[in-house]
Amino acid sequence: MANTTDKPKTGGAVQTTGHAWDGDIQEFNNPLPTWWIWAFYLTVAFAVIYWILYPAWPMGKGFTTGVSEVTFESGGKEVTTHWNTRARLAHEMQASDEAQRQREYLERVASADFNTIFGDADMMAFAQSTAKGIFGDNCAPCHGSGGAGVTALFPNLADDDWLWGGSVDDIQTTIQHGRRGYMPPFKQTFNEQQLADVTDYVLGLSGHQVDPEAAKRGQAIFQGETGGCYYCHLTDGTGRKSQGAANLTDAIWTMIDVPGAADMDAKRRLVSGVISNGVTRIMPPWDGRLSPEQIKLLSVYVHELGGGQ
Amino acid sequence: MPHSLDTHRIYPRSVKGAFRSLKYLVLVLAYGTYFTLPWLRWDRGGGPDQAILFDIHARRFYLFDLVVHPQDIFWLAGMLILAALLLFFVTGLAGRVFCGYFCFQTLWSDVFVAIERFVQGERTARIRLDKAPWRPIKILKKGLTHLLWLVMSFVTGLAFVLYWGDAPTLVEQFFSAEAPFAAYATTLFLTATTYVMAGIAREQVCLYMCPYSRFQSVMFDEDTLVVEYDRLRGEGSAGRGRLQKTLRDRDSRHQAGMGDCIDCGYCVQVCPTGIDIREGLQIECISCGLCIDACNTIMDSVGWERGLIKYTSERSRLGEKTRFIKAKTLGYGAAILVVSGALLWSVLTRGDLDMSASQIRQPLFVLLSDGRIQNRYELKFNNKSEQTLVLDIGLEGLPGAELDLGTLERIELAPEHSLRVMAKVRLAPEPAGAEQTPFTFVVGTQVGGQQEVVRHPSQFVVPANRINR
Repeated sequence: MANTTDKPKTGGAVQTTGHAWDGDIQEFNNPLPTWWIWAFYLTVAFAVIYWILYPAWPMGKGFTTGVSEVTFESGGKEVTTHWNTRARLAHEMQASDEAQRQREYLERVASADFNTIFGDADMMAFAQSTAKGIFGDNCAPCHGSGGAGVTALFPNLADDDWLWGGSVDDIQTTIQHGRRGYMPPFKQTFNEQQLADVTDYVLGLSGHQVDPEAAKRGQAIFQGETGGCYYCHLTDGTGRKSQGAANLTDAIWTMIDVPGAADMDAKRRLVSGVISNGVTRIMPPWDGRLSPEQIKLLSVYVHELGGGQ
Repeated sequence: MPHSLDTHRIYPRSVKGAFRSLKYLVLVLAYGTYFTLPWLRWDRGGGPDQAILFDIHARRFYLFDLVVHPQDIFWLAGMLILAALLLFFVTGLAGRVFCGYFCFQTLWSDVFVAIERFVQGERTARIRLDKAPWRPIKILKKGLTHLLWLVMSFVTGLAFVLYWGDAPTLVEQFFSAEAPFAAYATTLFLTATTYVMAGIAREQVCLYMCPYSRFQSVMFDEDTLVVEYDRLRGEGSAGRGRLQKTLRDRDSRHQAGMGDCIDCGYCVQVCPTGIDIREGLQIECISCGLCIDACNTIMDSVGWERGLIKYTSERSRLGEKTRFIKAKTLGYGAAILVVSGALLWSVLTRGDLDMSASQIRQPLFVLLSDGRIQNRYELKFNNKSEQTLVLDIGLEGLPGAELDLGTLERIELAPEHSLRVMAKVRLAPEPAGAEQTPFTFVVGTQVGGQQEVVRHPSQFVVPANRINR
């Protein structure tokens, strides 16, 4: 039987499979290119070698584990396991040159006191770049990636006003133990008139033009036992840091946007709202979640964000 | 006939002559530079003692007394622009002389052909050897050729790698299996590519792979020098013809209408891309001039004047004078002067200190307790000198502003180091002021007893609700 036939279009001879049906129906045989076949065989060989070298086949409850091993530390114990990318990542995060260098620098910063760190440009640069990541992972969800915070919810860390103290030690304490800021609501305590009077007094503390008569009545409530505001906000209105009480004499308002309000009436509505409803804000403690070194770097970073004291 | 990859194999025949000698001279210069430069030591007073060292790990390129930092990377762009302009300039003037004399594909192919000839003999011997059955002598000759090619390729690859590390150390490490993986990988890769490109592919690279060979032809004009066969002289009226008994001397040939080409085929046999220049200028011609040498040799031996094949231009063939000074020459020449001048100026006037200042955008501004506005900036400094710099940072163009560099009392920048410093700028905004006020960071330092000042523009941003009310 003829094993080639004429291809009608090109006229060249083409191999056929040798089958013939109904006398003249034949089947072309167009074999794959040789290079293609060999490339295919090579991939097969590659796969077999790969199965031996790397984790590959399920075997009952386990699987073939390949030939090499990775050792890393986990929870204080040294773990040796078959090669896998997760273990390799863990290994490299602990044992690579970069990890080693980072650890050395971290130890240097951890053993230095704050004054040394603040005086050393290189240590500051290290603290800035390392803590930026820690801040981004842990603090940014509430305080924002640049520390600008959210009015009424999360204080702005980029300004120079500190509810709980702006020294680096205060900041460290805040991060370690968290904070629970509380101001009681006064809507049960004050009647309408008293609320308006205290509002005017409070606005007057930061230099706003208010009704002097009302402010005077408000002062009596603020400084007296009717309101008792001075317990926390102090008689001069600068706020008791140990209570996280706001400084009412400066330009910064963490609960309300007074500088952005359109007119005095709007400002009064904002301030009286806070007085009648009170404030409850909680920052969780980070001791245990972050290492002492991380908290130290973070304290430096937050201190630098806005200009700590 | 269009070329395809399975056209006849080319066996370039050797030739002697002026252009062959010139090509060997270029080859010796190029190889002399390429293979010995990494071994040249250089005392730069601190830092590595290798004259040319591309230190990727330390992010420094050492070129004799010049130390190139990553910030100077635009010099590379300048170099590439200059190289491209030089190629255009030369191509417009003298055609593809880069291809014929300077391209590494040509240089290495030349050497590989020389190795082939050294082992297997001249063109005819090589053709015979290829046709011969696989006997031990053929296996020996072929094997030796490929072995020498591989050695040459390996040396080429290794020499390249030596530019990226301390050459003596790297060689020692290389042969005691201690060199970095990249060194082995690069050497292996370049060995393979050199072997394939210069040993096996050769002219195919110029014909099918090289983009320059294609776009160089658009830079040709009627004044561009090309290798050309003098058809009028060579063909006469009755065409070329071999030397025959009856038409031995030139006069009798001329009377028979025969041209000066004796159709010996030497010019075709020496051509590294396997073309017949007598068919006119072709895209395969790399302008190497070997056919000129071949033809001149023949003309000398029959005693006729040289120049049947020569470098000439279209205008010259038409009987006019070739113009070398033309708009293209002047234009590319001016561009080369401008670019090389700018590059040189930039290299010579580079300061030892450079900086950048980027404003922190999150938050863009912050209201302070005393009512002022604060903006923060990340300043990056880079010390390119060999001494510690003490930086004096100040502001210009922002009256009444306070600059706070935090707790740092003295900002020192170690030699060859960079540093990031966070700067805070505080300002009580003018009620009628602008939302954005441009200003300049001015940083002074003492370098080698001289005051150096670096400036960087920035801007101070004030919230809209703090102005115009």
